[in-house]
Amino acid sequence: MRYSKKVMDHFSHPRNVGEIEDASGVGEVGNPVCGDIMKIYIKVKDNVITDIKFNTFGCGAAIATSSMVTEMAKGKTIEEALKLTNAAVAEALDGLPPIKMHCSNLAADGLKAAIIDYKKKSGLPCDNLKVEHSCCGGCGAAK
Amino acid sequence: MQEIYLDNAATTRVLPEIAQAMAKAMTENYGNPSSIYEIGQNAHDILDTSRQQVADLINAEPEEITFTGGGSEGDTMLLRGVARKYKNKGNHIITSAIEHHAILHTCQALEKEGFKITYLPVDKYGKVNPADVEKAITPQTILVSVMFANNEIGTIEPIREIGAIAHKHGVLMHTDAVQATGHVPIDVKADNIDMLTMTAHKFHGPKGTGAVYIRKGVKMEPLVYGGPQEHKMRAGTENTAGILGLGLAAVHAKKYMAEHSKQQIKLRDKLIKGILEKIPYTRLNGHPTDRLPNNVNVSIQYIEGEGMLLHLDMEGIAASSGSACTSGTLDPSHVLLAIGLPHEIAHGSLRLTLSEFTTEKEIDYVLEKLPGIVENLRKMSPLYQERKAV
Repeated sequence: MRYSKKVMDHFSHPRNVGEIEDASGVGEVGNPVCGDIMKIYIKVKDNVITDIKFNTFGCGAAIATSSMVTEMAKGKTIEEALKLTNAAVAEALDGLPPIKMHCSNLAADGLKAAIIDYKKKSGLPCDNLKVEHSCCGGCGAAK
Repeated sequence: MQEIYLDNAATTRVLPEIAQAMAKAMTENYGNPSSIYEIGQNAHDILDTSRQQVADLINAEPEEITFTGGGSEGDTMLLRGVARKYKNKGNHIITSAIEHHAILHTCQALEKEGFKITYLPVDKYGKVNPADVEKAITPQTILVSVMFANNEIGTIEPIREIGAIAHKHGVLMHTDAVQATGHVPIDVKADNIDMLTMTAHKFHGPKGTGAVYIRKGVKMEPLVYGGPQEHKMRAGTENTAGILGLGLAAVHAKKYMAEHSKQQIKLRDKLIKGILEKIPYTRLNGHPTDRLPNNVNVSIQYIEGEGMLLHLDMEGIAASSGSACTSGTLDPSHVLLAIGLPHEIAHGSLRLTLSEFTTEKEIDYVLEKLPGIVENLRKMSPLYQERKAV
């Protein structure tokens, strides 16, 4: 199990770490039992994500995917951001070790949770939006 | 970059003189120990010498030593071999919740064969209570297997007391001493041990070579069928170079044990004290004094272990963790859960294991680097933010 150079880059120099005090939306996925928690903050102006920050408790892959998703989402419209998937985030990092693909690859879901929160707070329709993976799925918490 | 190897519970560096002697054995003393001519018998001499050296390390008789391919093999061989041999006497085995997977998974396999296994709990330090062993013994009990010292948290178990209880009830006593052999004194006679597992690579010998001690009179089914090698318990042409290395490592360990353990305890305690003092929200896992001289295991709250390991690696420090990410499963270490740690704290454990090559300068370097690494990871941890908000 070796991480790609891109994963190590994002892990050791994570982008957009922190919180946004007056965030338009906040999303959280994972839980302490499975060992990954991602919290994503977004600032939305005119339907565009103008700022995004994250806090993550988790392994190298969890931190790198969080960092990468913030980079990918910044400047995107809400519709564009909703198209980001966990798989796309992993791909942008030149892949993740197989064992990490499920357990620590939740960043796009974290972003989605933040967008849902933003829509609810702004009174916008959420349609059928839902977070697909809120947890690793294998830990005791999911059962 | 400097290389600071602090994962000696995973494996150790082979002593250069042992590696050289093994290379010589492979190229010059290459005969089959079962052959009758000179070069065969010269190879057989290696087995005799090593058997004596290994026996001397644990106060056994040489004929009570059987060479194996390592710790997991030894554990499987002894547990399964004894269970199947004594199944007409009883079908109950007692072990602990914090055993190595070589024991636990063998027990699970035996459950499928109809054996009943009791997994004894441990206290907050990871100790088995001998009274619990006595309570668990039934007329069906054939074997007690408790590790000599735990591989993750370093706690040394009260084997002599547990062995005495087993013997009082006519039950066999096995101990997985893979982490303890060569590090702390073991006397199979005084410690009431009928069977013991060891492996060379945990005390500066080669990987892939170990030994089991089987007290005279204890019967078991063989692990490997074939020729008459290793008391017909493990057939196959012997790994003479590996066995030579095991014997030499045993001699080295015995000769320097007192000196090395004194030196390692000093460094171990300095490292523990330094981490607990310099980094808030940390705790020591395992027993403070009844622990292996080389083992440090701490839980560092609000962060996950793998991140720490990756940052330590970037600073040239090799360490280990009990987090799910490093266990290869989705659960953190069963040992840390058994001593009562909640999942999120078990995920943030860090194990640093020393050797005779560890220097004070290296310990100081770890104490200099670790607090910054923890601080950086905590800065981005939502759990740490929530704690601060409380």
